[in-house]
Amino acid sequence: MALTGIQIYKLLPQTNCKECGYPTCLAFAMKLSAKQVELSACPYVTPEAKVQLAESAAPPIRLVAIKSNGYEAKAGNEVVLFRHEKTFYNKPGLFIRVYDNQPVETIKAIVTEANAYAVNYVGMDLTIDGFAVASSSGDANAFAAAVQAVRSSSKRPIILMTRDVTVAKAGLKALQGETPLIYGADAKNWESFADLAKENKAPLGIIAASLAEMADLTEKIKAKGIEDLVIDPGGRDLGAGLAIGTAIRRLAIKKNFRALGFPVIAFPGDVSDPGLEAVHAAQAIAKYAGFIILEHFDPAMIYPLLVLRQNIYTDPQKPIQVQPGIYEINAPKPEDPVLVTTNFSITYFSVANEVEGSGLPAWLLVTDAEGMSVLTAWAAGKFDAERIAKAVKGFNIGDKVSRKRIVLPGHVAVLSGELEGELPDWEIRVGPREAVDLPAFMKQAL
Amino acid sequence: MPVDIPKDNWPGTVRTVTVGATAADGGTRTSTVTVGGEKNLPFLHFETKAPNRPAVAVEIKDHRPDDWSALLLEAWGEAVNDPVKWAQAAEAAGADLIQLSLSLMDKDGNPTSPEAAVQTVKAVLGATGLPILVFGPGQAEVDNNLLVPIAEATKGERLVLGIAEDKNYRTIIATAMANGHLVNARSPMDVNLAKQLNILISDMGMPLDRVLMDPTTGALGYGIEYGFSAMERLRQAALQGDAMTQLPMLVTPGLEAWKTKEAKVNTGVPAAWGNWLERSINWETLTAMTLIEAGADIVVLRHAESIRRVKAAITDLMAAEYTLA
Repeated sequence: MALTGIQIYKLLPQTNCKECGYPTCLAFAMKLSAKQVELSACPYVTPEAKVQLAESAAPPIRLVAIKSNGYEAKAGNEVVLFRHEKTFYNKPGLFIRVYDNQPVETIKAIVTEANAYAVNYVGMDLTIDGFAVASSSGDANAFAAAVQAVRSSSKRPIILMTRDVTVAKAGLKALQGETPLIYGADAKNWESFADLAKENKAPLGIIAASLAEMADLTEKIKAKGIEDLVIDPGGRDLGAGLAIGTAIRRLAIKKNFRALGFPVIAFPGDVSDPGLEAVHAAQAIAKYAGFIILEHFDPAMIYPLLVLRQNIYTDPQKPIQVQPGIYEINAPKPEDPVLVTTNFSITYFSVANEVEGSGLPAWLLVTDAEGMSVLTAWAAGKFDAERIAKAVKGFNIGDKVSRKRIVLPGHVAVLSGELEGELPDWEIRVGPREAVDLPAFMKQAL
Repeated sequence: MPVDIPKDNWPGTVRTVTVGATAADGGTRTSTVTVGGEKNLPFLHFETKAPNRPAVAVEIKDHRPDDWSALLLEAWGEAVNDPVKWAQAAEAAGADLIQLSLSLMDKDGNPTSPEAAVQTVKAVLGATGLPILVFGPGQAEVDNNLLVPIAEATKGERLVLGIAEDKNYRTIIATAMANGHLVNARSPMDVNLAKQLNILISDMGMPLDRVLMDPTTGALGYGIEYGFSAMERLRQAALQGDAMTQLPMLVTPGLEAWKTKEAKVNTGVPAAWGNWLERSINWETLTAMTLIEAGADIVVLRHAESIRRVKAAITDLMAAEYTLA
């Protein structure tokens, strides 16, 4: 059971030495109880207290990392069931699966393409996280060759998929010095897999058909000294996957149930209808998976999934914003138009990308709308004529242009009259509602 | 090891709303759609089985739209020139309901007249036996001018009239009450604004089992997380017993997804965006699916392949063949 801040405080040295970075032991205790800091930050805690606190200080869902040289994919450490309650922290890793009965050249081609893939979304480059290699041949040499083929084409983390410990060993041997996920152990093979994971200090995936069986297995494996576990509780269809994922997250967060307090691995690629792979992956992203194994590498599916993951894992308390101010796009001159928008980053990037893509020069005036989009900000009174006029004056855009033309987003056409009153020496124009229509508007109407 | 699965036990229930009326109930529909009635969070059948599956409405227009993605026009083919054929094609594609969206201008560029709008609605009612939602162009005054005569001309059909917003809800609610229709109450992605509009509508005397709540959404990549969380919070408020949030939710992922650059265009976009058609369908399908997971009761879609995928996913989500512990 988790301890309260006061209970933790009683176990600390109570010297207020500040070496942990907090002004008092009580403040540190509160942070510990909120699971926002590690106990190791306190240099003076007694070994007895450490044991007592370790259990309570451990996050309800263990943080598990799959590592290669220079990369890692980590999942776990989540503290809520719904993102609006706080936030979701560690984005689930997206892995592409290849099979050891595929020709080496095919594996290399898939991995090379997926490894190099990066897509820009609101100023961030999004990529996949790694690869899963599945033993379909059952042959250790073929498996090792496939693992080597992946490793020769990508440095990203790897998941080794086999239930045969000999095959798993061959795969591990090809990844010296790394900690891939070994997937995995089941009710029959768990002892040899637990030994293998321990020997290699690698995380271990566990496969069980029910939550009760899973809890049995994790306890047995933990007793052997392996803590970094990833669980596959089954549930390949959407209804079962949602129910099982929800039950596991609830048990961890609400009951601090340690036997299932591990990241879940999901297999959207197992669905028979390829059109539904993205749908299954979307559910896994929104509803609690830690690692997601995809069957196909298709940019038309990967891009929307990467964006969804980014969106769901955005901190709801902090809308992603850009700095209000004047942004110069395509080297504008004094006679070029002024476009106005809000400082919500999605809005800003939609507009900036369109204008940039059009090749037409413009001054982009970004107002402080507290990180809201045009319509939302307008409805909330954060994007009105007064605020726009204030931005025009505050950023002295009038000094930069010779022809005073300002273009309003079409959604707030209703503001144009009022803005004329606020900015009498400016020509107020109404632009399109959507950013995608800006280039055509700029070409024809400006 | 025995695992005691934590089950939620909520005091509240979402209202049940039926769209469309058959001859027995004073309408002409051959089928109706009933949504809502949830007693727990979406699809957690191990607590209690949801009484109704989320429904898929398919959006059609009164004439060929000039601002829709070429992919949609291609997918529907000739049908986009005729709302009657379009409604039939939508039904064949698996629609549970048809959403007819009226345009601001008619195909000759003149403002859509109330007479023409009434005629179009009647033609669509004649073309399909499915329940119908009729949405105005989205400008408060124009919506009122078009929706009132439509409501009067289709008395008793239990159409869903949209969009009732804080600016124009009075007129639309009044005509829906007088003519036996339902309304779609839209507010901008905010729990309190949604609740406030429902209170205003309720205060007019509108029975709340004839109101759908539309909390609005952004598309994937364009603010979906706001819609997602607003819907999760609204549904939790409803289950906690807040009567003014206990309405089934309608959202329009088709509209939102298909106005994004990702779905709309294919020139000058990065190669990393992948195949245009598959990307667009994923954009619409993922937007819809994510919102269904958050509690959407009706999703309005545009592309036939998205309809197929979303319906297959709903069927899968409604199946309860698993054991938890």
